[in-house]
Amino acid sequence: MSSIAVDPPRNYASEENTIASWLLTRDHKRIALMFFASITAFFFIGGAAATLIRLHLATPAGLLQPSVYNRVFTMHGVVMVWFFLIPSIPATLGNFFVPMMIGAHDLAFPRINLASWYVFNLSGLVLLYALVMGGVDTGWTFYTPLSTIYANGYVFAAAMAVFINGFSTIMTALNFVVTIHRLRAPGMLWTRLPLFVWGIYSVSVVMLLATPVLAMDTLLLAVEQFLQVGLFDPSHGGDPLLWQHMFWFYSHPAVYIMILPAMGVVSELIACYARRPIFGYSGMTIAMMAIAVISFFVWAHHMFVAGISIYAAVVFSLMTFFVAVPSAIKVFNWTASLHKGSISFDAPMIYALGFVLLFTIGGLTGLMLATLAVDVDVHDTYFVIAHFHYIMVGGTVSAFFGGLHYWWPKMTGRLYPEMLARFAAFLTFVGFNLTFFPQFILGYLGMPRRYYTYPPEWQVWNVLSSAGASILAVGYLLPLFYLGWSLIWGRHASPNPWRATGLEWLTSSPPPTHNFERTPVVAIGPYSYDPEDGSYTTQDGVRHV
Amino acid sequence: MSSDVLRPEIQYATLAQQGDTAQLGMWVFLATETLFFGALLFAYFIYRMSYPHEFAEAAKDAVLWCGSVNIGLLITSSLTMVLAINAAADGRRRALVFWLCATAFLGICFLGVKVWEYRLDYVDHVVPAVNFIVKPGAGSAGELFWVFYFVATGLHAVHLTIGIGLVLYMLLWRVRRGEITPLYYAPLEVVGLYWSFVDTVWLFLFPAIYLAGRS
Repeated sequence: MSSIAVDPPRNYASEENTIASWLLTRDHKRIALMFFASITAFFFIGGAAATLIRLHLATPAGLLQPSVYNRVFTMHGVVMVWFFLIPSIPATLGNFFVPMMIGAHDLAFPRINLASWYVFNLSGLVLLYALVMGGVDTGWTFYTPLSTIYANGYVFAAAMAVFINGFSTIMTALNFVVTIHRLRAPGMLWTRLPLFVWGIYSVSVVMLLATPVLAMDTLLLAVEQFLQVGLFDPSHGGDPLLWQHMFWFYSHPAVYIMILPAMGVVSELIACYARRPIFGYSGMTIAMMAIAVISFFVWAHHMFVAGISIYAAVVFSLMTFFVAVPSAIKVFNWTASLHKGSISFDAPMIYALGFVLLFTIGGLTGLMLATLAVDVDVHDTYFVIAHFHYIMVGGTVSAFFGGLHYWWPKMTGRLYPEMLARFAAFLTFVGFNLTFFPQFILGYLGMPRRYYTYPPEWQVWNVLSSAGASILAVGYLLPLFYLGWSLIWGRHASPNPWRATGLEWLTSSPPPTHNFERTPVVAIGPYSYDPEDGSYTTQDGVRHV
Repeated sequence: MSSDVLRPEIQYATLAQQGDTAQLGMWVFLATETLFFGALLFAYFIYRMSYPHEFAEAAKDAVLWCGSVNIGLLITSSLTMVLAINAAADGRRRALVFWLCATAFLGICFLGVKVWEYRLDYVDHVVPAVNFIVKPGAGSAGELFWVFYFVATGLHAVHLTIGIGLVLYMLLWRVRRGEITPLYYAPLEVVGLYWSFVDTVWLFLFPAIYLAGRS
């Protein structure tokens, strides 16, 4: 416990403070913070679009022109999927903590890591260009021929933005895979890796194998758009469904790209705040890899009503049920980890428990959608919208905020105000459910997605949803203020304020430039917590009472 | 200078670890490249199976001798690349320079033949969106073949150009500065992996474009 207030030791952020030292840095921690800045900006753009959508839908008459409404929900989807959710946990928390949790001094390829950030921002600029010039009205899925023959927006620019964005994803994922394979500290066996590292590893594999297919798909779309040749145009012999197949070959695994790192974060949080080892560690790792593998064999469940053969649909329906098995294993293991734990409801834990509940609801409604007969009925309704927001927002964004709070003292050296953070976490949970649960009902009643209006009798559910969205917005804005406040006025954090077991807590808060003064030697697996006497053993084998 | 070069970067314990890691990085990257070109070939074969007759007719206009000469050039260049790596491992500097020059030269020859072939295609009026004319009895789906032809060979040419750039960078920068030694020549091996991959892509494109349906 070295919390005596002397001159703060030099750390990665204070070492050098010129603008060039940040823009040309190779330090994974600084690059992680730069990614934080970029994705926060995009979260606000996507959030502003969401606000417009909910304002518009508060009344059947609406607020926006129908053509503007189309552009707004398209921009919401594109920004949130590629520019917030997919990079959210890997590029920020993963970038910062994967090297630290495996006892490495940096990622394997620091220059590629920096290049990833620049490429990400370049793709963001291209997308903003498409937005400013007038937007895209096809929905985030760019379905052909709507996006080719009938497009009247900047589809070419938006597709190029997604294409370039993929390079950033691949560079980051490649770095993680290679780093986890080759740069683990002595004693850090695969069976001793924290589950967050396993989450990042499995997601990186999915990113590496899925993203190139989307890149080729968008490239072909751009060729068709730009040269006016008919790759997906039936009048030239092209097949519009081919776009969908290749799009979902990426975009269904993309859902797991969003959720796998979130599962890793939640495992860390639950172990730490329940003071219990994670129940079934090896089952958890196998489940994550199983999700990663099965995620590649379910894509056509997005296309049940698109005209694919009924036999293909049955197979994809079955595969989709299979993916529920490892997902359920994870939920059962999290709840089993809580059993007889010494639980404290700190803010990160509230986010984590919220994650488990919301992920369960999202997952179970996913099974309903995997059922062919049900899917035909609720396809393209608000039921689907509610389902995937429970996974992506209730799941991924909750875990992102949970992890952000948990690791905030390590990243900044400051503690956040606990009561305010608990309030924000609670508010997000309430606001989220109020926003999206009514959408299940709306979808069940038959309200289609992407329509700019609806019959007046559905207004009550839409008003509830919009009201929830305003609460949710407050829940998301609050951390921006108190976390910013804590940077200057927050209490100084000790190296290990949560009494956690990972290697990242063995170094000072904030860490020095190369993470550790000496490379740590790992003696035991993660999560050696004892709920009985409150003791814990960090991964270097030292027991703390 | 060279003593400075022989220190591993901060995140590595030894040079050997750094070299191994660099190679693993290239292998992982090549996995993504395989999926990238794999998706293209997948789409190509979907259409080829949908329109076997039209594609076979259209493919007869592809300039077979250009593709054949080019496969010879690239396979030879893979050999010279490996000979360069062997020379680096043995510390035979002059041989290293010679084989790297030969590799870059063969790559440039490939691009030269490719440009000539594009010219012939242009004269033959098979360039979609520029001057495509449907041949009598060929069917309009033949244009799809030519779209794929230009996308696939164009992407391959971009990859090869990058490869030539990497070989020249090795030659004019890393080797000249004495940074490639028998103790540490992993950068050259990484470039060699990439080079062989680009060759392998052509091994798939050549039969798919020039040979299928020609008998």
